[in-house]
Amino acid sequence: MPILVLDQLSKSFGALKVADQISFALDEGEALGVIGPNGAGKSTLFNLITGNFRVDSGHIQFDGRDVTRQPPMARCLAGIGRTFQIPQPFEKLTVFENLLVAASFGSNRSEREVGDRCADILVETGLYPKANQLAGSLGLLQRKRLELARALATDPKLLLLDEIAGGLTEGECQELVETIRAIHRRGVSIIWVEHVLNALTSVVGRLVVLHFGRLIGIGDPATIMASREVREIYLGIEV
Amino acid sequence: MTDHVSSAWTVTTRTRGTSVAIALIAVVIVAGFATPFFAPRAVIQDLFFILTMLVLAQCWNLLAGYAGLVSVGQQAFVGFGAYAMFAAVSLLGMDPLLAIVIGGLAALVLSVPTAFFVFRLQGAYFAIGTWVIAEVVRLSLAQWKALGGGTGTSLPSGATRDMPGVRLVADLLHVRGPQATDIVCYWLALVLAIVTIGLIYRLLRSKQGLGLAAVRDNREAARSLGVDPLWTKSFVYLVAALVTGLTGALIYVQKARISPDAAFSVPDWTAYVIFIVVIGGIGTIEGPIVGVIVFYILQNLLADYGSLYLLFLGLLGILIMLFAPRGLWGVFASRSGIQLFPIRRMLAARTDTKND
Repeated sequence: MPILVLDQLSKSFGALKVADQISFALDEGEALGVIGPNGAGKSTLFNLITGNFRVDSGHIQFDGRDVTRQPPMARCLAGIGRTFQIPQPFEKLTVFENLLVAASFGSNRSEREVGDRCADILVETGLYPKANQLAGSLGLLQRKRLELARALATDPKLLLLDEIAGGLTEGECQELVETIRAIHRRGVSIIWVEHVLNALTSVVGRLVVLHFGRLIGIGDPATIMASREVREIYLGIEV
Repeated sequence: MTDHVSSAWTVTTRTRGTSVAIALIAVVIVAGFATPFFAPRAVIQDLFFILTMLVLAQCWNLLAGYAGLVSVGQQAFVGFGAYAMFAAVSLLGMDPLLAIVIGGLAALVLSVPTAFFVFRLQGAYFAIGTWVIAEVVRLSLAQWKALGGGTGTSLPSGATRDMPGVRLVADLLHVRGPQATDIVCYWLALVLAIVTIGLIYRLLRSKQGLGLAAVRDNREAARSLGVDPLWTKSFVYLVAALVTGLTGALIYVQKARISPDAAFSVPDWTAYVIFIVVIGGIGTIEGPIVGVIVFYILQNLLADYGSLYLLFLGLLGILIMLFAPRGLWGVFASRSGIQLFPIRRMLAARTDTKND
């Protein structure tokens, strides 16, 4: 049974089509990767799914309900969690308080009820030693981890990861992949936009390729990466 | 998902000095209530001024420092609350104490359509919008002939002398009527200040306070995490209007004379208030308390210099913004680590059950 169904999603900024009739479905518990050159509309796709952008046309169904017209708050409560490509921490709150916001508002519970969960997520994502520091004081790796931790705190059914491995060293990336794998094993569905392909393919079962807002390929990673069109567009290889 | 025993962690907002802070606050409150028993009338009037400015500053700080709503139109609610109180007393013959509540509620009612318009604007446009609306309200009330139009009017003689408690205070402290009125107003201002600070502190320590800080720091991220920015901002705006209206009404019960220019004065009810918050420290409860004391001292020191005094306040405000943007309290707090009203939630592992 699909948890997310995108039906003919389109979005333009002026003359620029950033999403052009995108359709695909994600099964419950599935992990899907999204690739494409810069400007292909990957982050836009996330903003459409989360409701930060309104679609021009098309429908989004999540968990059996049409959420096309719902604002981001409602979609978060329904179970869509996301990380931002450029980390967006609440800088004047501590790391722990960042999670408290996400957990209490994102799953509509009291602060007291979610305190322990937040602490556990901090341990799982390796942020516990920084719990009481201001989020504004974190470095890049920790900001990325905070993005992930905060999204997890909302108790999502579907997790949208936007280039969470970008800019990390090989070792850091490996640790992050382990964390994401563990989250996936618990049954959380994942859509992951990433340029670091080996990290991506070690988690996801299917790949979607975007190019100028269009979906030009979907399927298992090996087939996708072998296709002539993808190699030309994405890797810039003349075949 | 892992289910831990709920006692593995503790969350606290207490800091090292919390017990001392509680004791200090208790002493100040007791001293505040006791002051009229030994202080002369001039002191009571000055303290009344300080307390009412403090309440206005706390409201503005809540708006600008916590909700990111930089309003320069709060005089709309001071003036509207005051005029509603005047109308209730002069035209309906209501008791001034009850009329203060009417003033607060009137400001609250005014804030609903105001919010509807100004919330469409962001940043500087929001600020200008609030000012424009305040001017519209001032000009409208200046047309109200029954309350003196543009020149204003006074409360009916005897209205404040017959307030509940005034006669009792006069007999108890062996003072004359007008002084007893001042004392009752002072005690009301003290209660208003304590309740306002208490409620703001409670709000900031609640889930909604956390949501407010999140929206202030990053609106888009907050929306994606389930926080409704419009709801949190509207709530703060309405509460600030209510308390500002109550304060305006109380100030004009004590003054007993009103005019549109005074009740909707931009310097008195907004510029001074912003100055107090900025020099004290925006975004903290302690900031406006420090700020109002500094403001009062400066005002007395520089009272004889006329408009030079305003220039000096402006200059000082700019210097503080440049060199100590978190204000006097901000500088002190970051050096000493002392907080009178701590709101940070600190996470700690419970040491006795650490075998996680």
